[in-house]
Amino acid sequence: MRMNSVCSALLRFVPVFLVAAVWEVLPRIGMVRPEFAPSLEKIGSAWLELIASGELPYHAAASLTNLVIGLTSSICVGVLLGLMMAWHPIFNATAGTLLQMTFPIPRSAFVPVMILWLGLGPASKIAAIFSGSLLPIIVSAYNGARGIDRVLIWSAYSFGATPRRTLWQVVLPAALPDILSGVRNAISIAFILMVTSEFLIGGRGLGYLISFLGDAGSYAAMFAVVATVAALGFLVDRGYLKLMQWVLRWRD
Amino acid sequence: MARLSGSEAKSGNRFNAGSWQLDAVRIITAAAFFVVWEAGTRVGALSEFVLPAPSVILRQLWDELLSGKLTMDVQATLVRLFTGFLIAAAIGIPLGILVGRVKIIRWFCDPLISLALPLPQIAFLPIIVLWFGVGDTAKITLIVFSTIFPIVVHTAAGTQAIDKLIVWSAESLGVSRYGFIWQIAVPAAMPQIFTGLQIALPIALITTIVVEMLMGGSGIGSSIINGMRMSDSPELFSGIVMVALVGYALAKIMEFIRKALLTWHQETAA
Repeated sequence: MRMNSVCSALLRFVPVFLVAAVWEVLPRIGMVRPEFAPSLEKIGSAWLELIASGELPYHAAASLTNLVIGLTSSICVGVLLGLMMAWHPIFNATAGTLLQMTFPIPRSAFVPVMILWLGLGPASKIAAIFSGSLLPIIVSAYNGARGIDRVLIWSAYSFGATPRRTLWQVVLPAALPDILSGVRNAISIAFILMVTSEFLIGGRGLGYLISFLGDAGSYAAMFAVVATVAALGFLVDRGYLKLMQWVLRWRD
Repeated sequence: MARLSGSEAKSGNRFNAGSWQLDAVRIITAAAFFVVWEAGTRVGALSEFVLPAPSVILRQLWDELLSGKLTMDVQATLVRLFTGFLIAAAIGIPLGILVGRVKIIRWFCDPLISLALPLPQIAFLPIIVLWFGVGDTAKITLIVFSTIFPIVVHTAAGTQAIDKLIVWSAESLGVSRYGFIWQIAVPAAMPQIFTGLQIALPIALITTIVVEMLMGGSGIGSSIINGMRMSDSPELFSGIVMVALVGYALAKIMEFIRKALLTWHQETAA
């Protein structure tokens, strides 16, 4: 049984190996210039070198720090704003209207504004990540809170809960499934903004490292860092999905 | 199901308030926002460099319109955006149908798509530049690359999840394999195919603006980045206003097409 599941997992990833094989073969038979598609072996050894020299960990730490700060603050602010918008019609008509006016702007367009306002440091990157991941969280918290069965709120009141307590102990948990899937969207947007802002601002971070290595012509190392960013995006998404399922295990 | 706020429950739209009082508050808020913004720059509380007044931005947009820069930028951006988006749809929808209906193709594509979907595709930009240079080919390739996965995933999910009763009825009526795809699978999956396109279009706009910012050339994105480099705040902010307008118009057009195309579907009636 166990053997079977290992086999089926391996079988599932056969297509990935096939693509890797094509990647290896094309430059060797002269279809693609070798420096345009460095062999996996070269990419792997470049990756190990980047780890050993401490460059990759250094830039990855800088990127992920910005990502975590930007995301956590947008989750706190976004959930609060979304719930308030669902809770108070007046708040929704005022703050909600102002937020809604910014909705159609792709957040990447804000990166130059952040540079203008906050300069070329990590503050601009964090602000870009924050502003980008805020929107899906507000929308999901708002929709989640609005979809609540009203009986739940009446029950809370009749048990003597204050409005604030009802908001935190009834509305928030009921909106949690929506909020958590909003956060998942926010994470993928945050990754995009992390890389975009590092391409534009430079300094520290994986995006900067990628463009630096590309400009220097170290293509194998550049592919290694791109693969690292891709792997990070993938792993964070999968890890978050697992966490989400665990948090929501009380649901049927 | 009873909703949290009774006044809002009446309206179907997520962000619309139900009563005219709230609508009035909305309009007053938006107006007050612009008045405060304009007044703030006039009295010098906000510097023109940090945030130009709405009147300055409008003036800039008007000047750019007269000089033809605005039309050129918007046109360059839209041409790239739609070329990329249409290529992605032209490849992604048929591929999605195949992934949804043909077992061997699903087996091959499923792990690749699940690997590629959550990636920040923009990180591949230097690789695309290495392969295709900094011209439109590279820009459009990246737009296709970042938009194709949601289209494939939603098309595949839609064509895969067709009601068994419909499949059996079609088979018992003797439909061919080819006819099944065109007459059953595609129409049945239409709402989800459209959802995929509606998700992909804003991504196409984001990617277009980002590649224009990073690679230069023409377009709204490079106008924004020029504004930043030259410390020309009015140019920067007028670019952002244009992106907002384009984004808003695209979303509205997609909603309209969706309604027009799916009049026969129950989602429109609901």
